Amino acid sequence: MTATDTAVREGRRAGKGSKDSRVRRVARHRWLPYVLLAPAIIFELLVHVIPMLTGIGISFLKLNQFFLRRWLEAPFAGLSNYRYGVDFHGSIGMALLKSFGVTIAFTIVVVGFSWLLGMFAAVMLQRSFRGRALLRTLFLIPYALPVYAGVIVWKFMLSRDNGMVNHLLAQLHITDGHTFWLLGNNAFVSIVVVAVWRLWPFALLTLMAGMQSLPTDVYEAAAVDGAGMWQQFRKLTLPMLRGINQVLILVLFLWTFNDFNVPYTLFSSSIPPSADLISIHVYQSSFLTWNFGLGSAMSVLLLLFLLVVTGLYLLFTSRRSRRA
Amino acid sequence: MRKRILGAVALSAAMLAGTGGLTACSSDSGSDSKTLTYWASNQGSSIQNDKDVLGPELKKFTKQTGIKVNLQVIGWNDLLNKITTATTSGEGPDVVNIGNTWSASMAATGAFVDFDKSHMDQVGGQDKFLATSMSSTGAKGKTPASVPLYGLSYGLFYNKKMFADAGISKPPASWQELVTDAQKLTKGKQYGITLAGASYTENAHFAYIFGQQQGGDFFKNGKPTFTSPQNVKAVQQYTDLIAKDKVATPASAEHTTTNDAIEDFTSGKAAMLLGQNNTNTGIEAAGMKKSEYAVAPIPMLDPLPAGGKAINSHVAGINIAAFKGGNESGAMKLIKFLTSAKEQVILDKAFNALPVTTEAAKAPEFQTPENKMFVNVLAKTSAPMPMITDESQFETTVGNAMKDLIAQAATGKSVTAADVRKSLADAQQKMQSGG
Repeated sequence: MTATDTAVREGRRAGKGSKDSRVRRVARHRWLPYVLLAPAIIFELLVHVIPMLTGIGISFLKLNQFFLRRWLEAPFAGLSNYRYGVDFHGSIGMALLKSFGVTIAFTIVVVGFSWLLGMFAAVMLQRSFRGRALLRTLFLIPYALPVYAGVIVWKFMLSRDNGMVNHLLAQLHITDGHTFWLLGNNAFVSIVVVAVWRLWPFALLTLMAGMQSLPTDVYEAAAVDGAGMWQQFRKLTLPMLRGINQVLILVLFLWTFNDFNVPYTLFSSSIPPSADLISIHVYQSSFLTWNFGLGSAMSVLLLLFLLVVTGLYLLFTSRRSRRA
Repeated sequence: MRKRILGAVALSAAMLAGTGGLTACSSDSGSDSKTLTYWASNQGSSIQNDKDVLGPELKKFTKQTGIKVNLQVIGWNDLLNKITTATTSGEGPDVVNIGNTWSASMAATGAFVDFDKSHMDQVGGQDKFLATSMSSTGAKGKTPASVPLYGLSYGLFYNKKMFADAGISKPPASWQELVTDAQKLTKGKQYGITLAGASYTENAHFAYIFGQQQGGDFFKNGKPTFTSPQNVKAVQQYTDLIAKDKVATPASAEHTTTNDAIEDFTSGKAAMLLGQNNTNTGIEAAGMKKSEYAVAPIPMLDPLPAGGKAINSHVAGINIAAFKGGNESGAMKLIKFLTSAKEQVILDKAFNALPVTTEAAKAPEFQTPENKMFVNVLAKTSAPMPMITDESQFETTVGNAMKDLIAQAATGKSVTAADVRKSLADAQQKMQSGG
């Protein structure tokens, strides 16, 4: 508040005095960025940093039902929550490890398919043809739909007895129409399909935007030199989109790894082991047994992992692009 | 430039003021004495059905007391989580329905108003409630943190025509007979029985009920004993319907609520259904006539294994509680209103529940043979779920473990005693980590 007040006063004074000294201008410029950033920082603190620190704090507490209401009084648990989380001989640690493996596989497949589909469609949509605008809009629909609305429709379609998928497959004589899509190992396939369906338009959107800025003359020159579409794509498009791809893949990775909405809506509270993604796993670990300390410890482990991966990724890709 | 700076400063000031405004808003949401927020559990055939039933009654309450009630009906799969969240944040409703089996767990959180003498008197005194219903309000010797609202018990619903077609003249008298009957009824697309196999609450109830029949206990002196041979058998008694005997609809594994199982029953996919008395509401809402189905007590193992108890239901039901720090006096008034004899008759009739007060139980509406059967089960062959603080964790861990076993069976894999023991051991470890 005081910062803003001063800012307003300073602003007024600046308005009055037309002969500002150079020193003052420099001084003013020194605090100006901070003032401009202040609201963002305050919100960042409120929305991200404070809850995150609280979570880290909770992970060292024995926070269960008895202390839910007065959680500040919960006893200190030291590292015992973490010990449960990484004890791979116990069922909790084992389950966490499994869930971690499922999530890694899920992330790789989903990011891979989303990127491939997005890239393919973006290249196809780059040239103008009749109906291009319509297709673009159509492709973006999954991304524009509210998650819940889109995914709940998938849930209906994938249900065993009355779902459209089974009906269709039976009509086409591909299966007997009695497949469980939301249970057992098929659940993994289902969650991947739904996640890709939801995510790939974002890849498309980003790549399309990136391609808008590519110069057309190099393509013309390449065409004159006899480069086919594939060569143009490999030698021109991909290298020129490197910066965009670098950010895109990182963002896709983080979103997919942390995805909670899609699996939670698709399976509600009964998550099959094959689709036990880590964010859901953490949630279940906290709420099944009201053991919020353990849940927080798992979250912190997850946070550390993501920090390391992101750091390594940025280090690796930025070094590579500097060399390039 | 100067203008731009001024603009930016003004904007940041406005945003800061905005935050101030927001906090003011949220601190403002505490209740005053003229409004109440009520989280009701889903008792009817749908959430809308609950709203339709409760709406007019709550209007009567508003007319009597001048207190406006903001009603929210919450599905069973979300209720416990929502209450937990509300407990942590302190931003909850004023009045809430809970599954009566959670009473002791909930009381341990300290989030609810204790029904000591003075609060009990405000809702009409302890003596107005039936003793069986009161047995499920909390640990023995502790002040209850909730009072009964609706009474329920389990029964076996069966399709009369399908029974007749299969040459079965009467409902099964023993569990073994139920399985043989179900086998007779299973042919083509038709199955003997349907289960809510993905509902952790239903699963846990049957684990407990069959555990009693098998002579087991999930807790000894407050310590979990999930993996005893009797408990493994109890879980198998239920999961075998889909795993070994294959008499339950495979889709049972996907049913997250009893209402999903009801659909199998009313559409003729399954001939039997294990459900509490309020299942009637769902069956009739789906268009099945009262004359087309009948209800019998769930048959028991015959003979009972050594140490087995003649139990075929838990003391089921819904309790009502008030959150601390809200509009407590208003909450007491609402609880008194909903448990009054007049409202009990209206609500229990609409929701097909059993009255929880002595006076309402005498009403002529509840003297039908079917109702008497449920009352009889509740009074004679029901046991309250363990009234211990870990109860809700028992339901979530064991219920979810069974859900996975049922899914495993439905997708064509066998479920052995070793599988059951392992998942019960995992469930127990999960529960103990929270201790």
